[in-house]
Amino acid sequence: MNNNALIPTIGVVTSIRRDTPDVKTFTVVRADTGTGVCFKHMPGQCAMLSIPGVGEAMFSITSSPTCTDHMEFSIKKCGCLTSWLHQMDVGQQVTVRGPYGNGFPVTTELKGKDLVFIAGGIGLAPLRSVIEYMLANRADYGHIDIVYGSRSKEDLVDIDIIRDVWMKAPDVDVHLTIDRPQDDWDGHVGFVPAYVTELGFDPNKTVLVCGPPIMIKFTLQSLGELGFEKTQVYTTMELRMKCGVGKCGRCNIGTKYVCKDGPVFRFDQLDELPDEY
Amino acid sequence: MQAVAEKVIARAKELLASGEVQRVLGWEKGEFDYERTPALFEQGNIDKLVYDKFCAANLSKKLVEVSKLEGKTLALIKPCDSLSLNQLLCEHRVKRENIYVLGVGCKGMEGKDGLCMKCEFCKGKNFAISDEVIDDESCREVPQSDRFAAVRELEEKTPEERYAFWRSELSKCIRCNACRNVCPACTCIKCVFDNPDSGVAAKANVDTFEENQFHIIRAFHVAGRCTDCGECSRVCPQGIPLHLLNRKFIKDMDTLYGDYQAGEDAEARHPLINFTKADAEPSVVLNRGE
Amino acid sequence: MLKLKTANADALYSRISDSAKLYLPVKRAGQVNYDLWESGCEVTLGEMTVKSPKDLFFPQSEDLMAFRVSGKSIEIENPELPTEPFVLFGVRACDARSFDVLDRVFLSDPVDSYYEARRNCGTVVSLGCLEPLRETCFCSVFGIDLAEPEGDVQAWVLGDEMYLSAKTEKGEKLLAAVKDLCEETDGAPLAAAKDEARAKMAKNPLADLDLTGFDGEHMMEKFNAPEWKDLYQACLGCGTCTFVCPTCQCYDIRDFDTGHGIQRYRCWDSCMYSDFTMMAAGTNRKTQMERFRQRFMHKLVYFPANNEGMYSCVGCGRCVSKCPMHLHIAKVIRTLGGKKQ
Repeated sequence: MNNNALIPTIGVVTSIRRDTPDVKTFTVVRADTGTGVCFKHMPGQCAMLSIPGVGEAMFSITSSPTCTDHMEFSIKKCGCLTSWLHQMDVGQQVTVRGPYGNGFPVTTELKGKDLVFIAGGIGLAPLRSVIEYMLANRADYGHIDIVYGSRSKEDLVDIDIIRDVWMKAPDVDVHLTIDRPQDDWDGHVGFVPAYVTELGFDPNKTVLVCGPPIMIKFTLQSLGELGFEKTQVYTTMELRMKCGVGKCGRCNIGTKYVCKDGPVFRFDQLDELPDEY
Repeated sequence: MQAVAEKVIARAKELLASGEVQRVLGWEKGEFDYERTPALFEQGNIDKLVYDKFCAANLSKKLVEVSKLEGKTLALIKPCDSLSLNQLLCEHRVKRENIYVLGVGCKGMEGKDGLCMKCEFCKGKNFAISDEVIDDESCREVPQSDRFAAVRELEEKTPEERYAFWRSELSKCIRCNACRNVCPACTCIKCVFDNPDSGVAAKANVDTFEENQFHIIRAFHVAGRCTDCGECSRVCPQGIPLHLLNRKFIKDMDTLYGDYQAGEDAEARHPLINFTKADAEPSVVLNRGE
Repeated sequence: MLKLKTANADALYSRISDSAKLYLPVKRAGQVNYDLWESGCEVTLGEMTVKSPKDLFFPQSEDLMAFRVSGKSIEIENPELPTEPFVLFGVRACDARSFDVLDRVFLSDPVDSYYEARRNCGTVVSLGCLEPLRETCFCSVFGIDLAEPEGDVQAWVLGDEMYLSAKTEKGEKLLAAVKDLCEETDGAPLAAAKDEARAKMAKNPLADLDLTGFDGEHMMEKFNAPEWKDLYQACLGCGTCTFVCPTCQCYDIRDFDTGHGIQRYRCWDSCMYSDFTMMAAGTNRKTQMERFRQRFMHKLVYFPANNEGMYSCVGCGRCVSKCPMHLHIAKVIRTLGGKKQ
């Protein structure tokens, strides 16, 4: 391990799972030992992944810290680097550096709480790390609700894990929804914010939300109507990042650097920042 | 100049008050005596409009954006700026129906250090385009100067000397892009230097090759369309005589294809995209390069 | 304190160059910038350099590491960090303060190894101003004493004499090597000259700028000020202000295919550029107004809020004299700051 923050370690991709038409989940292990994580992290923290010559970008670490033999990244294909990642094969080496950011306060503020996770589309990626961490430390947390929606049933990320593990876990309720009706779908249909209103959660719970900005905006409204305070709702942000260590300047919002002071913020904290995210 | 300036301000206010135009594109004062900043004026702030010997900034490029606004904009356009504006109109970059061109007489503009370079080589006091002109006799005198003298001096150098000259000048470049961003001929929606896939970074040089190429490529891109407005050299923080690159192209085009002033005629095709029987044969062009 | 005749300055530069690379303001092709001293070069201490000396610690373009890529495998070649000592001579008080600002960024956890290495290699000889260099100087607004610059060695040029005084161990080492070229002095004539300089600075046109309200408490008020809409209007979106600024430190990281491998380098970047915050999903600062505001909010509000009130502007006035449209920080402070009586 060197102490130069910008120099990455090498990881190797050991498996690639296609979750949806535009999301793949990559399993990465250390290249030198062929096993294990590149570094330890906490739920909600991020890593800079890169293919030299293509680019480097920040991704949330999808796997839980309790998974110590590999790291996972669920990545949606949307730009230059992600397109490259989507066309690569198993055995490809990538550079990894991190962990970056604060992560969700799983050992402090969230401990002992009843929790509601609300995710849309690829927004489940950073929350999966938290959910799996909590399931592994089940006694430390109260009841867990998971509301997850996508455009269609094909666009639900991690659906096998959701069905086979989360739905069977003790004291966990999973509420799936898709935007429009589909022939072989007998679950809920409708947008996430409306579904949240319909489900009507007890406003003493704590909420973790991640998804497209428009979903977050309306979900916040729904939560407000249900009686939730902004101090009970957490989210994680995505901005352009280059250094990951609060120096290159581009993820600066007000007095915060999202890569370092975030990416996890409570909504009352966001209210104190300029509206530029 | 004082008299012209007063008339210009009065006329701008009049057209704004009558509703003929919805806003005025002109200049306002800055912190120091010689600072003039392009600005938009409406009823509320029209008293800040100034026109005097420090209004060097060419407003024509700003019209690309401003002419998209609703309603008509009155633009204060000096004779040399009118060439840039006409060229932009020729390229359909400015919506003609949304602007009212008030040609304003000019006796040469000054900056902090005296007369602007572009004014030492004034290209004339005619307006290539205007809806109305305010000037007087004193604004029609054209200083005598030879704008190609410096180009000839460079041509007379040996290739090694010329290379040394441009290396010493271009190596000062800090890649701030001010020359490109101010240039009325640089109106590409996405500049090649801003395209991450182009392989050339717009912000820094990996090597001296890029340092040289940025300016040379830019000069090529504006050749035939550059009116020689001199804004590139005026804004360069390192005082690089960028206009000399453009003038070299202009001089060559004049030599090979006959005298041509970009922006003079909004209908014209410039020599590099036009063909006439009088064009120089390729062999002549080749000889010129030796 | 030591002194020598300015006529003998070349001997001083030459001696310093014997043991370290010497960078100082040199005029080349009509412009003054920090450059390597060579015998016969046109040293120009009396003018403000176009670029600030931050280049020496944080170069405009700098290799971070290289990669060898073959097939699916990647190998990292770690960079060799600079170890060669150098001397930075003639740094004005404003620029000397800018190193404190940069230190806050690059030496805070996690430390930037590249910057740290250069900082350790460098010895700073600052040059006190015995009058404001230009009418655009306003360092006093940020509590900087133009006549007493920070640095390893302080220097002053008064009349035909140069005074040198070591302030740190590094500085003492440097002066020990040039001692025989100089004579000892108590520096008595300097005191009056310094007072005179301060008095002149107080009368400089921008010395009355008032920073009232530029702090964390007024962040949202400043951010939402309606004046931004007018202030930014003529902004070209170029990087002149950023690249001549001694404290702007935003950077980009890019990869360059050398044909033999991938060179990862960083280069100065500007929040004024439209691609600064651009990502595949779009940008969070869509208009030039937002980008313009970010630059000044960062210098005058966000940075001091995070750094015990230290502004990330040092009043060097470079952007004031170089902005093609005269939309500089002085105008912003004048418009949004307090109104000093």
